[in-house]
Amino acid sequence: MSTDTNLAPAMPSGEKPRLSIGERMSGLGGNARQYGIFAALIVIVLLFQVLTDGKLLLANNVAALFQQNAYVMILAIGMVMVIVAGHIDLSVGSVVAFIGGVVAVSMRDWGLPWLVAVLLGLAIGCVVGAWQGFWVAYVGIPAFIVTLAGMLVFRGLALVVVGETIAGLPSTFIKISKGSLPNFLGFANNMDVVTIAIGVLAVAAFVFSQLRARAQLRKHELHVESLGAFVAKIVGVALLVGILTVILSLSAGGTPIVLVIVGALVVAYSFLMGRTVFGRHIYAIGGNRLAAGLSGVNTKRVDFWIFVNMGLLAGAAAIVTTSRAGAAIAAAGQNYELDAIAACFIGGAAVTGGIGRVAGAIVGALIMGVLNMGLSIMSVDPSWQMAIKGLVLLLAVAFDLINKRRAGTS
Amino acid sequence: MEDTRTNEHILEMRDITKRFPGVLALSDVNLQVRRGEIHAICGENGAGKSTLMKVLSGVYPHGTYEGDIVFEGETVEFKGIRDSEARGIVIIHQELALSPFLSIAENIYLGNERSARGVIDWNATNAEAAKLLARVGLDERPDTKIVDIGVGKQQLVEIAKALSKEVKLLILDEPTAALNDDDSAHLLGLISGLRDHGITSIIISHKLNEIEAIADTTTIIRDGKTIETLPMKGAEPVSEERIIRGMVGRPLDSRFPEHTSQIGDEVLRVEDWTVHHPIDQSRKVVDGASFHVRRGEIVGIAGLMGAGRTELAMSLFGRSYGSKISGRVFKDGKEIHAGSVHAAIEHGIAYATEDRKRFGLNLIDTIQHNISGSALGKLARFGVVDRNAELKVAERYRKEMNIKTPTVAALVGKLSGGNQQKVVLSKWIYADPDVLILDEPTRGIDVGAKYEIYTIINRLADEGKGVVVISSELPELIGVCDRIYALSQGRITGEVARQDATQERLMQYMTMEKDVTPR
Repeated sequence: MSTDTNLAPAMPSGEKPRLSIGERMSGLGGNARQYGIFAALIVIVLLFQVLTDGKLLLANNVAALFQQNAYVMILAIGMVMVIVAGHIDLSVGSVVAFIGGVVAVSMRDWGLPWLVAVLLGLAIGCVVGAWQGFWVAYVGIPAFIVTLAGMLVFRGLALVVVGETIAGLPSTFIKISKGSLPNFLGFANNMDVVTIAIGVLAVAAFVFSQLRARAQLRKHELHVESLGAFVAKIVGVALLVGILTVILSLSAGGTPIVLVIVGALVVAYSFLMGRTVFGRHIYAIGGNRLAAGLSGVNTKRVDFWIFVNMGLLAGAAAIVTTSRAGAAIAAAGQNYELDAIAACFIGGAAVTGGIGRVAGAIVGALIMGVLNMGLSIMSVDPSWQMAIKGLVLLLAVAFDLINKRRAGTS
Repeated sequence: MEDTRTNEHILEMRDITKRFPGVLALSDVNLQVRRGEIHAICGENGAGKSTLMKVLSGVYPHGTYEGDIVFEGETVEFKGIRDSEARGIVIIHQELALSPFLSIAENIYLGNERSARGVIDWNATNAEAAKLLARVGLDERPDTKIVDIGVGKQQLVEIAKALSKEVKLLILDEPTAALNDDDSAHLLGLISGLRDHGITSIIISHKLNEIEAIADTTTIIRDGKTIETLPMKGAEPVSEERIIRGMVGRPLDSRFPEHTSQIGDEVLRVEDWTVHHPIDQSRKVVDGASFHVRRGEIVGIAGLMGAGRTELAMSLFGRSYGSKISGRVFKDGKEIHAGSVHAAIEHGIAYATEDRKRFGLNLIDTIQHNISGSALGKLARFGVVDRNAELKVAERYRKEMNIKTPTVAALVGKLSGGNQQKVVLSKWIYADPDVLILDEPTRGIDVGAKYEIYTIINRLADEGKGVVVISSELPELIGVCDRIYALSQGRITGEVARQDATQERLMQYMTMEKDVTPR
C-alpha cells in the first residue's frame, strides 16, 4: 500500500485542511467549482480581515477557528459521503449528544480511562450508523425518514443518559479539543518550532508527492499539466501553508491537537473517496444508482457502510464536542446536522448526489466558520449571524446552479 | 353506414416531412383517414409511426415540420397538444398518462375540471364520470384510485377521459401492448363500438391479428415514408402476410461489414426460462424460453416491442428484472446460479442496456470512470485504484473504439449517442466477459457509427466470445447475426439460421400468437 500512498496527491499530514483543495487540482473534471469555492474562502477571509481591522487573522483567533469548527469539519466529511450517495443524515446532531453523554458517563461514573472511553464512543457511533444503515439499505426506507426518526430517538436517549450536565471529565480528555501539540522544541523568534516543523514537512510532502505523480504520468506517457501551471500550483500551496504555519506558530499554544486530527481525517477520507474502489462506488451510486447496480456494484452494501462511517465520524465529533465543552449536556449538538449539510452544499456537493468532495465540504465548513468568527468579532447580533449564514448557503448553491446552467451541464 | 358521410375524409396529412438533427424521421408522408373508420398504421419500430402521430397531435408544433394537416376540411396549425384536443383530436400514449393517487373521476377531468369559479363541483364530476365509465364498460366507482385498478382498466379510463373531451379522432398508440387477452378483446370491442357512434380512430399496433380483426383501412409506413394504404374490407381481404410484406419490403444493402464467424463450443445455454412481471406477478413476461449461444457466434433475438426481449436479457443478468424466475442456465456446460449482477459478471456474463442514459452510464462522471466501472477490481490493489493504469485503459479504448472526445476526463453526458454507446461497449469489453448481451446496440445512433459498432461486434465474436444482439431492426439482425431467435409474447417462437433468414419469415414468428405456437 505504501507505494500507492505515495502516489496520493499530496495532503500534507496533520495540517491545513485548506490544502486539500490543491490536492484535486490535477484531477479529472469538475475542478473549476473547487477553485471557485476556494477562491471564495480567500475572499471572505480577506474581507473580514479588513472589516475586523486585522483581528480575524490574529494568531489565537486562527487557532480558535479550527478548534471551534473541528466538529463541523469531521461531520461534513461523513456527510459529504452520504450526500454524494444521494442520501441525507438528519440525526448527527442528536447522535453527537447521545454519544457524548455515554462517553462522559463512562469516564465519570464507570471510571473508564479516557482512551477506552474514546474507543467506546467510536464503537457506539458505528453501531448507531449500522442501525440507520440497515433501515436505509436493506429495508429501503428513505434516509430522510430514517434519520429524522434517528434525530428524535437519539435526542431522547441523550436526555435519558445525560439527565443533568455531566461535568468533571479528565483533563487529558479535555485536552483533545482545547490542547495543543507540546512545545518540546522551544521557540524561535517567538514562533513555536513544532508548528514550523509540521508546516515545513507538510510542504515537503506536498512537493514530493506532486513531483512523484508527475513523474509517474511521464513514465506512462500520459498528459501532464504545463510546467508553469505546475510550479504556480506548488508555489501557491507552499505560500498558503507557510502563512498559516507562521500564524499558528505565533498562537498561544501552537498547533491545536484537533487540527492534527481533522487534517489526518481529511487526508484519509480524500484518499478513500478519490482513490479507492469503495469511494468510486459511492460516486457511481450517486451518479446513477441503476447503472451502478447493473455494473455489479452492491449498492445496498455501499449504502450500509456509508451510514456506519457516518456514525463513526459522529462519534468522533461527539468526543471533540464533549471535550471542548468539558462536559456532556443533553442539548449538545443542536443543529450540527444542518451545519454539516450546509458545509457540503456550500462546498459544491450536488443535492441530487454523485458530485461532492471532502475538500469542498471542509472549505464549506471553513467558510461558515470564518463567517461566524468574523461576525462575532464585529459584534454582530447572533440572530443576524444566523440569517447571514442562511443567505450565504442559498447564494452559494444558486451561484453553483447558474454556473452549471451556463456551462450547459444541467 | 354506407352513405356519403363515410367517404368524406376527416383527416388528411399531406406531404409531412419531419427532420431531427441528422435524421430524416418522416419524408413526404401522406395519410388519409375517412370519417368514422378505424384506421391502422403499421410499420417496424422506428419507422416513424409515433413521430407522425406526434406531428398530428401538436406535440411537435406547427412550424417544426413541413406539409399540411387538414382536419374536417380545414387546414390546422396546432401549436401544442391543447390545440389539437380543442379540435377533438385526442392521443392515448402507450405509457398511460394518469396520476396514480387520484381517483378515476379526478383523472378524467384533470386539466378540464368541472368547476365553478375555481371550486370543483364534485357531484357533477362524479356523476358525469360515472356516465363515461358506463359508456366504456368500466364497472368501477368514479372515486376509485387509479393505483387500485389494473392496466386494462386504466386504458379504459384514458378512453373515458378522451370521451369527456368530445373526441372526434382518437389515436391509440399500441393500446393492447400491456394488456392480457381478455382486456385486449374488451378494448377492441369498445373501439369498434365508438366507431358505430361516429368516432374515428387511428390505431398503431404491432399485433397484426388485431388489425386484421378491427381495422377498416391500413396504412403502412416504412423508413419514414408511406408505402401503401390498404382497404381491409374490400373484395379481397388483406392477410397478415400481406401487411408484413409491406412493412419489411426493403433490400439488404452493404451496411454491414463482411464477416465469417468461427464457431466453437457452446458457451451459454438457457433452458425453460420463465419470468413474471415484477409487480403484476401473475403475468408471464418471459415464458419458457430456451436458447443457446456458442463461442464465436453472434446470436440475434428478434421481437416486437413488449415481446420480452429486454426482460429476458435482464433477468438472465443477475436477476436484474422480474419476479418468480425459474429455469436453468448453463455456462460452458456447467449450471450456474447468478443471483446478483456481480455474480453474473463473475460468471462471465455481461449485459449492455438498451437505455444507456437510465441504466448504462453515470452521465455526470468521466469517460474514464465509466469505462472502468464494471471491472474496477482489475485495476485495484487492496481496494485502491491505480489511476495511472485506469487512465491507460481508458486511453486504449478511446483509440480502439474511436470514441470522439478530446480527453477521457470529459463527462460522458457531453458525448453524442454513438460515442456514449461506445463507452458502454468499452466498459463491458473491458470486463472481458464470455457472453456479451447487447440490447439495441445501435439505437439512436447514426449510420456511420452503426457500422463501427457492427465491426466491434464481429471482433468480439472473433475473440471467441458469444455475442447476443437484441434488436428491433430486422435488417440489422440478418446482416450481423449467425442465428436469430424470434420472441413473441415472451415465448421463443422460432429459430432461423442466417442463410434462411428473411424479414418476412422473422416477422411471421415475431407476430405469432400464443395459440398457434409450434412448440
